[in-house]
Amino acid sequence: MNKSEVIDKEGLNRLIQILIGRGYEVVGPTVRDEAIIYDQVFSIEDFPAGWTDEQEGGIYRLKKRSDEALFGYNLGPHSWKKFLHPPERKLWQAQKEGLDFDIIPEKPEHKKYAFLGARSCELHAVAIQDKVFMQGTHTDLHYQALRKNALFVAVNCGQAASTCFCVSMQTGPEVENGHDLVLTEVLDDKRHDFLIEAGSEAGKNILKEVKAKPAGEGDIKKTKEIIANTATQMGRKMDTENIKELLYENLNHLNWDKIAERCLSCANCTMVCPTCFCSTVEDVTDITGEHAERWQKWDSCFTMDFSSIHGGVVRNSTKSRYRQWMVHKLASWQDQFDTSGCVGCGRCITWCPVGIDLTQEVGLIRKSEPGQSGILSGNEGQNENS
Amino acid sequence: MSGKTKPKLAVWKFASCDGCQLSLLDCEDELLAITQEIEIANFPEASRAVVKGPYDLSLVEGSITTPHDAERIHQIRRSSKFLITIGACATSGGIQALRNFKDVNEFISIVYATPAYIDSLQKSTPISEHIKVDFELRGCPINKMQLVEVISAFLKGRKPNTPAHSTCVDCKRRGTVCVMVAQGKMCMGPVTHAGCEALCPTYNRGCFGCFGPKETPNTSSLSSEFNAMGADNDEIMRAFRGYNAYAEPFRKESELHEKENKNH
Repeated sequence: MNKSEVIDKEGLNRLIQILIGRGYEVVGPTVRDEAIIYDQVFSIEDFPAGWTDEQEGGIYRLKKRSDEALFGYNLGPHSWKKFLHPPERKLWQAQKEGLDFDIIPEKPEHKKYAFLGARSCELHAVAIQDKVFMQGTHTDLHYQALRKNALFVAVNCGQAASTCFCVSMQTGPEVENGHDLVLTEVLDDKRHDFLIEAGSEAGKNILKEVKAKPAGEGDIKKTKEIIANTATQMGRKMDTENIKELLYENLNHLNWDKIAERCLSCANCTMVCPTCFCSTVEDVTDITGEHAERWQKWDSCFTMDFSSIHGGVVRNSTKSRYRQWMVHKLASWQDQFDTSGCVGCGRCITWCPVGIDLTQEVGLIRKSEPGQSGILSGNEGQNENS
Repeated sequence: MSGKTKPKLAVWKFASCDGCQLSLLDCEDELLAITQEIEIANFPEASRAVVKGPYDLSLVEGSITTPHDAERIHQIRRSSKFLITIGACATSGGIQALRNFKDVNEFISIVYATPAYIDSLQKSTPISEHIKVDFELRGCPINKMQLVEVISAFLKGRKPNTPAHSTCVDCKRRGTVCVMVAQGKMCMGPVTHAGCEALCPTYNRGCFGCFGPKETPNTSSLSSEFNAMGADNDEIMRAFRGYNAYAEPFRKESELHEKENKNH
């Protein structure tokens, strides 16, 4: 086990300065537009001290805390994918040369990010995107370059939102993997400290420079209590037993029609999901036609273009698009990547403008499986391409 | 381009505020490049020099509101190889289509001293109700970068990149925090066609729906949510009755709430 040490707020500031000194762009939580988002930070002055959030399906509210906690919030609308898998990126450009043209590739960016404040579910999400982008035959070189240089200073959650269900997905709340350093915020009337532990060689190396104090028995016990307490606060849960089979066997369930009545097919759930990785490419030419560019942009299985193939759109109905998203996320993702695509962060619940809750929808399908209540919509779904 | 004839461009105005055609002049940085590739043959807002048709590309702004215009658009179609409508007026009837929900003769009798001089149609209608349109560019006003994209695509014979997905996608790509979820503001973004790069939400306001309905808009679900947020039928009706009031999905939704409103 790694040695636990303790730093205070000044120590945390020291850590940020060390990271900046080592050439990292430090990204962390900060308040903007009534939410806690991720952006570049320069000191703990930028942190959401004393702020928290309350969340429900389709609702997020920034609230004042009674204390000055720096990590006393849950999760915001942003995830780290916006840095590692940017929303828009130029892939290459082409320049006309006489009758021919030159291809000018974009070099992978060698920026060094230090992500400060990553939660356990988020580290699991990054591990899932690692599989998507770096395993198999087609490695995304841009992702790989950024990922290789990235440093994670994680935080153990001191509380959970009503939309959290990492316990169900076995992705938290305790940070166990994928971090270089991990903090636990300990805050009461007498102290405002952070228990800090290294999770990698790079983390150990940095920790040495931070000049932390050794942690006492009490500190370690306190950390365990905080994490155990957070685990009891999960506002949502999802029964994942045989979930793959459950969804595969219920592709024609009536509930998909019910969801489609509410689903806006706006794509918000996929955009905020820390594991959703789909993108489209757009080719553009300038007015002269001498110069062309290919851009990669975040896409979503909720758009019509996404399933547009020769002959037309395959998933015309909202029902078929929602079903595709959920069945992929929770079931076929397992076949494809050997893991669930869901980490239980609850962002798709909070940031759905009409508050569709996948934990509830899975529950409804499970409750009325054939043999239990027999609610099926017959063959409707099988002809689902209209 | 020497030795090669440039394609001829014409810009036409119908019932509109001129804002969309002025987007072409707003192109400043790109305007010089545009004029090198295309001959601006008929564009009264820019020049009195008019080159006779036929035209390779016509940009049509505005809606059809008079019997005279209903005739004129056919002539324009006949003299245009490729015809693109620009803006909410031309693609859905515009803000002036609000009269489509009332009796226009009543307005005329109240507003004009000599109503007999006014020769107006009952409805303000989009160009596509009168002629075949090759491409529709949305927006009130249009986004000038999308206009450049559409002209570039036309010149190279490719499909323009003007995705029909929700404005939400653009909000999320920009990193804009959802004003509906985080601030409880009514926002038309989830049912509105992208194109403005999510301008209003990025400045902390709900989307007004200037680009009209997106592909497969679920207006009734959004209305239910507005209602749950405390909006009454009148407010919901007004949300859908803006610059694209006469676009079918928005029209139907607003009519539903107008009816509900009367029933209560």
